[in-house]
Amino acid sequence: MNAEVKMMRTAAETQYADALGALPATGAIRGLRAKALSDFIEKGLPHRRVEEWKYTDLRVLMREMAPLAGKPDAGAIAEAKKNDVLANIGAREIVFVNGTFVAELSNLKGLEKGLSISTLSDALSNDAMLPQLLAALNPSKYDAVFALNTAALNEGVVIEVAAGAQITKPIHIRHIVTGTSPVSVFGRVFVKAGKKSQATVVQSHTGPDAVAYQTNTVLQLSVADDAELDIVRVQAEGDKAIHLSMTIGAAGAQSRFRSFTLTTGASVSRHTVPFAFAGRDMRALISGATLLRHKQHADMTLEVDHALPGGESRELFKTVLDDETRGVFQGLIIVRPDAQKTDGRMMSAALLLGEAAEMDNKPELEIFADDVQCAHGATTGALDDDLMFYLRARGIPKKEAESLLIQSFFGEAIEQIENEKIRDAVMTRAGKWLEERSVK
Amino acid sequence: MALLEVKNLQARVEEKEILRGLTLSVNAGEVHAVMGPNGSGKSTLSYVLAGKSDYEVTGGTATLEGEDLLELEPDERAAKGLFLAFQYPIEIPGVASMTFLRTAVNAVRKKRGEEELSTPDFLRLVREKAKELNIHQDMLKRPVNVGFSGGEKKRNEILQMSLLEPKMCVLDETDSGLDIDALKIVADGVNRLRAKNRGFLVITHYQRLLDHIVPDVVHVMAKGKIVRTGGPELAHELEAKGYAAYETAA
Repeated sequence: MNAEVKMMRTAAETQYADALGALPATGAIRGLRAKALSDFIEKGLPHRRVEEWKYTDLRVLMREMAPLAGKPDAGAIAEAKKNDVLANIGAREIVFVNGTFVAELSNLKGLEKGLSISTLSDALSNDAMLPQLLAALNPSKYDAVFALNTAALNEGVVIEVAAGAQITKPIHIRHIVTGTSPVSVFGRVFVKAGKKSQATVVQSHTGPDAVAYQTNTVLQLSVADDAELDIVRVQAEGDKAIHLSMTIGAAGAQSRFRSFTLTTGASVSRHTVPFAFAGRDMRALISGATLLRHKQHADMTLEVDHALPGGESRELFKTVLDDETRGVFQGLIIVRPDAQKTDGRMMSAALLLGEAAEMDNKPELEIFADDVQCAHGATTGALDDDLMFYLRARGIPKKEAESLLIQSFFGEAIEQIENEKIRDAVMTRAGKWLEERSVK
Repeated sequence: MALLEVKNLQARVEEKEILRGLTLSVNAGEVHAVMGPNGSGKSTLSYVLAGKSDYEVTGGTATLEGEDLLELEPDERAAKGLFLAFQYPIEIPGVASMTFLRTAVNAVRKKRGEEELSTPDFLRLVREKAKELNIHQDMLKRPVNVGFSGGEKKRNEILQMSLLEPKMCVLDETDSGLDIDALKIVADGVNRLRAKNRGFLVITHYQRLLDHIVPDVVHVMAKGKIVRTGGPELAHELEAKGYAAYETAA
């Protein structure tokens, strides 16, 4: 006889159920939210016995839920105004403060022809957009963190690039948390890139140090045939924050998708990327650099799913682990039976600087087609003593020598960013991390 | 006072004694050659002087202009004016040659209390020195030593030497892996740097390098010690008779 074991709910799980259950019910998404909440209550927070969350046990890492954030007051908006992350990339900015869209900090004037940007609440009241939005909001496969995001669904942004539109000015979505007390913040961003369109979307996440706030953000992408979409994310949350995020994408035939993530923030972070090759001959480049210090824990989990022939995917991740940090990389490439001629290459390299640092590096291939080229690699190592000696024998002091080698290590990933201004700005931020580093 | 003064130097790597009481001194303006059979400890001498941490110094002293070298970090030794030209220059993927050269030059200048070079001044200097060594600008656009031929790597060492303006240059088997044309370019580069206030320690297995860089003093090293010291003629004698006598005698 099998006894059914019922897991005890943690404090955080109970708090989520209560707080999200008490949210006022609104319009079209009411049913969706209720369903998501009951899914979450059934699943609970992901824990180590859930395979995809083996190395990031949220039941342990997230003991309590921080109270839901209220609307930002004038002080919060003034504080957010000072945020200067990637300020010099010439982008159109869309600003959320504590999860609320702030029109006065955002620039939605003079939108380029073919570009439409609306808040999620406006989009949901638009009957023409509603059916496809609801379909996107309710994917067939999702985890408990996504369910939480849906259960808390309130505000977000919907960006549409019409067929053929070439939007050269980057669109920068700032997710800013302010204040000195812990809050829970949710956000949802949709990007729909029409056929043969081109656009670059930047997403930054920032907040105060020493505040145990929690963010949960989902970026959903739909890339039509022959479109080209670039995503650059900068996760620079405060040092006590818990950051949970996803990039869920599907792209059509001959499209080109590039995504880069710089991770330097949060005490605990997890970014999950389920990405589907839903058309023939599409190409994707998914990359990232993760720079960790003190006791940070950062998890990057990818699932790249090739369903149709001729796809090319490249994944390149670099993780630098100082002090007592823990890094996780899980990368799965799936090649389904029809996806012949798929060319997939995945690399995750980790540089351990701290003696107590730990990297869990898990690349995987699941191949069901016979005519494919796939490879993956994972390396974990320390700074090379011979390289260090060579640099120091030329008069370069220890810290500078280490910085040169560390920068060359993560630089290879940052080089993958297509837009030069954004690339330089990301490199500058990563360089700042190096400057702040103390040498033992 | 000698420029470089090494007295009774003893060093080991792990449990293996390699230098067993080595003594030599080099005056400013002089070129000394150290010759010896494989395994005599020639490369160890160069690494110990430059401060490689794999070697443990167990006795003796080494001073540069009277200052204790052994107490200093490798970069501090370089700033004081010690330069090691590596037998096997290291490839550093991802670090641009120019970034490396500029970081090194400015780090050393800063330590010596000199002003950092501006970008145009630095570029002018590198261009001038590179031209003398027949180093193409394309080479300098690549990461440090990556994709360089053996000769290019050695010329790059001499380029670094000329940019850092050391007082005491240690050349570890700079002739190894070079054909005669490359050898000449490297030797000419070294000869241009010979100066009244600068000393050289040229470590080599073969006499042929010393036809191009003519030494003032030749030392024979065997089993971790200097076993004989003489003039340039000693190199020719070694070439004719080999090291066999020293290997058994020492």
